Amino acid sequence: MTDTELRVSKIQDGTVIDHIPGGTALHVLAVLGIDGSGGEEVSVGMNVPSDRLGRKDIVKVEDRELSADEVDVLSLIAPQASINIIRDYEVSEKSRVSRPTEVVGVLSCPNVNCITTGDEPVDSVFDVLDDGVRCRYCDTIVRDDVASLIEST
Amino acid sequence: MRHDHLIGAKQLSRADIESVLDRAAEFDADPTAFADAHPDALLALCFFEPSTRTKMSFETAIKRLGGDTVDMGTVESSSVKKGESLADTMRVVEGYADGIVLRHPSEGAARLAAEFVDVPVVNAGDGAGQHPSQTLLDLYTIRENAGLDDLTVGVMGDLKYGRTVHSLAGALTNFDARMHFISPDSLRLPRNVRFDLHESGAVVKEHTDLDAVLEELDVLYVTRIQRERFPDESEYRAVAGEYRIDAETLNDARDDLTVMHPLPRVDEIAPDIDDTDHARYFEQAHNGVPVRMALLDSML
Ligand SMILES: [Zn+2]
Repeated sequence: MTDTELRVSKIQDGTVIDHIPGGTALHVLAVLGIDGSGGEEVSVGMNVPSDRLGRKDIVKVEDRELSADEVDVLSLIAPQASINIIRDYEVSEKSRVSRPTEVVGVLSCPNVNCITTGDEPVDSVFDVLDDGVRCRYCDTIVRDDVASLIEST
Repeated sequence: MRHDHLIGAKQLSRADIESVLDRAAEFDADPTAFADAHPDALLALCFFEPSTRTKMSFETAIKRLGGDTVDMGTVESSSVKKGESLADTMRVVEGYADGIVLRHPSEGAARLAAEFVDVPVVNAGDGAGQHPSQTLLDLYTIRENAGLDDLTVGVMGDLKYGRTVHSLAGALTNFDARMHFISPDSLRLPRNVRFDLHESGAVVKEHTDLDAVLEELDVLYVTRIQRERFPDESEYRAVAGEYRIDAETLNDARDDLTVMHPLPRVDEIAPDIDDTDHARYFEQAHNGVPVRMALLDSML
């Protein structure tokens, strides 16, 4: 058993998200709304060596399969991530994330003067660009650190 | 125009713009002849921040078309002060009026309003966002003076927060225009406007000095640099002085240069330009009425 495997042990059923940029695993959990309060078993490996990324994070969530929407949003902060759905200790589905055209209600606009940051009854909507996201209300473009826009749940 | 709402310049095609400007020319020729056009139309004026001119211009336009206005009054005296959401205010006003003209201090306000109502919404300025009806009258003025083809336009001043600039830049991508943006580094065009200009393939250059391009320009569009954008008065003075023009500045300009300004100006255009053939800003302000008549006529 290698060091990496030791740090993040095998799971019976659930999802393994691999190839997350080093140090951003907690953002990934935030996107998925996983904070441990639901009792789910979560393992996180941070900054483990990776051939592809140099350093990567890994997240394993027991008894939870990611929905397509969740994978979409994940792609914004972890565009290289791979998703492995585990059933009975085996990888039953393996996929890469793909970028959606928009994300709704997930990010909050960094423009403090944007109408969506007030008490209006609307979800935020961001169009996804090749290299960032853009608020559909105020047009603000964010390229760096999209993860910091994730709405606290 | 095939749109229910006018939110931003991006939604305007060349054909949309030309049809409004052509119709505006008819209203301009005889503004009193259309009093039967919309005799029952009620336009709600919802100004969440003050703008006497824009408001009066819309008010005049709808009255020239035979319609009338209902006015929200000042924010201080309205339910907004009590914390009502914009969405709720708009849904209430929708029940009163056939169209809504919205001026709001937050970017994206008009887009949000349009999602909640079925009557047409005109964005009359949303924060540092867009001001598309101003753009239509700007284009009308440009067309009258310089034409809209093979055009070299300089836009100078506060390009970062200047919503009239953002809308104008977007609309000009429909035409064969070379655009020069002249501002201090701290007040450059925002990233999203530059992104759209780039995407549209527009010919765009940015400068910090008007001298670099003045001689080429058909149109020089000047905007005010606002004092409150700067941490202290001396910094503001240092910058503002660089972007002020007077008759002498224009010695090197083309004889047929058209100088425009969305008004009100403070001192960025010296009064000695007013009497020259370059000055078109009062004419530009006047054009607000026929252009807004044409706009409302197409929407109501
Ligand atoms: Zn926004």
